[in-house]
Amino acid sequence: MDAPPTPSDASPPRESHTRDSRTGDSLSRRSLLRTGGLLAGAALTPSLLGAVAQDTVPTAAPLPDPTRTPGAPSDSLGTRSPFETPRLTPVGVTGGSSWTPHHLLHGTITPADLHFQRHHNGIPAIDPARHTVTIHGLVERPLEFTLEELKRFPSVTRTCFIECSGNGGRAWNNPKPEMSPQVVDGLTSNSEWTGVAVSTLLRAVGAKPNGTWVLAEGGDAAVMTRSVPTSKMLDDALLVYAQNGEALRPANGYPVRLLLPGWEGNMCVKWLRRLEVMDQPAMTREETSKYTDPLPGGRARQFSFVMDVKSLITSPSYPGTLPGRGWHAIRGLAWSGRGPITRVDVSTDGGRTWHAAALPNGAPPLAHTRFEYLWQWDGTPARLLSRAVDQTGAVQPTADEFRRVRGDAPGYHYTAIRAWDVAADGTVTFGGG
Amino acid sequence: MRHASAAARTVAVAGLLFGSAMTACTDSTPEAAPADPTYGLGHAPAPAALAAIDIDVDPTGRGLPVGSGSVTSGAVVYAAQCASCHGARGEGIAPSPALVGRTPDVGYDFSKGERAPRTIGNYWPYATTVFDYVRRAMPLSSPGSLTANETYGVVAWLLHQNGIIDSTAVMDATSLPAVTMPARRIFVPDDRPGGPAFR
Repeated sequence: MDAPPTPSDASPPRESHTRDSRTGDSLSRRSLLRTGGLLAGAALTPSLLGAVAQDTVPTAAPLPDPTRTPGAPSDSLGTRSPFETPRLTPVGVTGGSSWTPHHLLHGTITPADLHFQRHHNGIPAIDPARHTVTIHGLVERPLEFTLEELKRFPSVTRTCFIECSGNGGRAWNNPKPEMSPQVVDGLTSNSEWTGVAVSTLLRAVGAKPNGTWVLAEGGDAAVMTRSVPTSKMLDDALLVYAQNGEALRPANGYPVRLLLPGWEGNMCVKWLRRLEVMDQPAMTREETSKYTDPLPGGRARQFSFVMDVKSLITSPSYPGTLPGRGWHAIRGLAWSGRGPITRVDVSTDGGRTWHAAALPNGAPPLAHTRFEYLWQWDGTPARLLSRAVDQTGAVQPTADEFRRVRGDAPGYHYTAIRAWDVAADGTVTFGGG
Repeated sequence: MRHASAAARTVAVAGLLFGSAMTACTDSTPEAAPADPTYGLGHAPAPAALAAIDIDVDPTGRGLPVGSGSVTSGAVVYAAQCASCHGARGEGIAPSPALVGRTPDVGYDFSKGERAPRTIGNYWPYATTVFDYVRRAMPLSSPGSLTANETYGVVAWLLHQNGIIDSTAVMDATSLPAVTMPARRIFVPDDRPGGPAFR
């Protein structure tokens, strides 16, 4: 199977709240000292900024009172606080992936630079002025569009998730207590996307009625291809050129990618160069020998496009620690490729009893949905679970149910309920599932 | 309004004129979508430019180029271009996958936990897909660099190593789509309808 490369099983070691999600180090004392030195230096002698930023700065002074010291000047590009260091976990070289640190994020939008990445032969460098999208095949008028032309069509903006269909497979196949939400399910992310409806473009070229499939092809070194039913293309597919208000980033498909809301991420072909309207699927490698799902009995499910209902507790989770008994918010994300999340239940006793979580920001269709359940921890060991339900009535299965239906070694579309174990000392570990 | 009466049309026109006069300075009526569905955008691709990117091959063989390759010619290409990653016999060298192997045989339950490698011999349903993929994406360090003859040869060698075609076979635009792959019959369409039943 073509499971995406996985970050080290050893997630970041447990540390204070200022841990570095990639290296596992708590925000190093040296970098804190450097920050203190930098800010102090900026206040005193801005011309020495470069010098004081060096590692050799001996200053160990604490940060000055920010109400008694002018702050740093405005800048040309925002940066995160040095106390906030979320990182993807890049794995592999040309066939790589990078995983979203869900345990360090809030709300529902994934910052574009923390959106998961998956590519099959590197991230291409593409000049937008030379990139075009050609639509041809079973059409009245084959047309080639520049990026500027695509932007002149009526635009559509919507928020939805993209999830690699291999998401969660590693935590299923090889669970370990030291797995963070990033390692368990970091191959899903949620963005606001802007682009042109594929239906608009298929009308422009005059797609013929016998054109029941559309082959999407990328302009990367994998020349990624997937066949998409025309019905999906006409329903809600977009060619997107923007993410969270700015141009796509190279790792996410710059300058233009296909977006199929609710369908497996591999089909949302990045760096799109061509759509070919066809009368049958092309049966590419990615939809035959990869991205198919072996079933018990020797069969394999093909064209399993839709991502099923799923949820994940992101806090408390490894490598976090509950600081003590009392009230804690159990928070997480739920999503489904079939429609809005209608309910998320949380259990704190391993599934014996369930409680309805709040969905404080509503549940937009085909988008990450935040859930939250306030829990009073009594200091005894607890097992935390979340179970999502979508508008079709689909319920996230237990691991046993999943195994009974899908077998022991799913490569894709893994959705079972996950557990987090809270020990009496407040440490939290991944409980599998 | 195909059957609107003349009187109704008159009223409608009068209303339109009245409304137009009232909102002359703040017309918020959007322009109608153009009758031309292209919005005047895009241009016909140059035939050569389209041919350069229209490289997909479907199971009927549509898209296969002129040329041919034999098992023996493919052995030479494989050794030079593929073996360093996939092994001399196609056995795979991590992280590059195994390409050869009928064991476990077709029909083996890949949903069991044994992690059996899925190879061209036991998990690829169409021979045309091998050609399409090798031509577009291999070798990894220099994708798209193989000639049509080299690609046909590599595909022939891989199919022979998997016990699917004999050692004298020659692959071309006619013979390749005619190859019946052992795994063809294992694939079934998605049957997950959503709803309460987990499938």
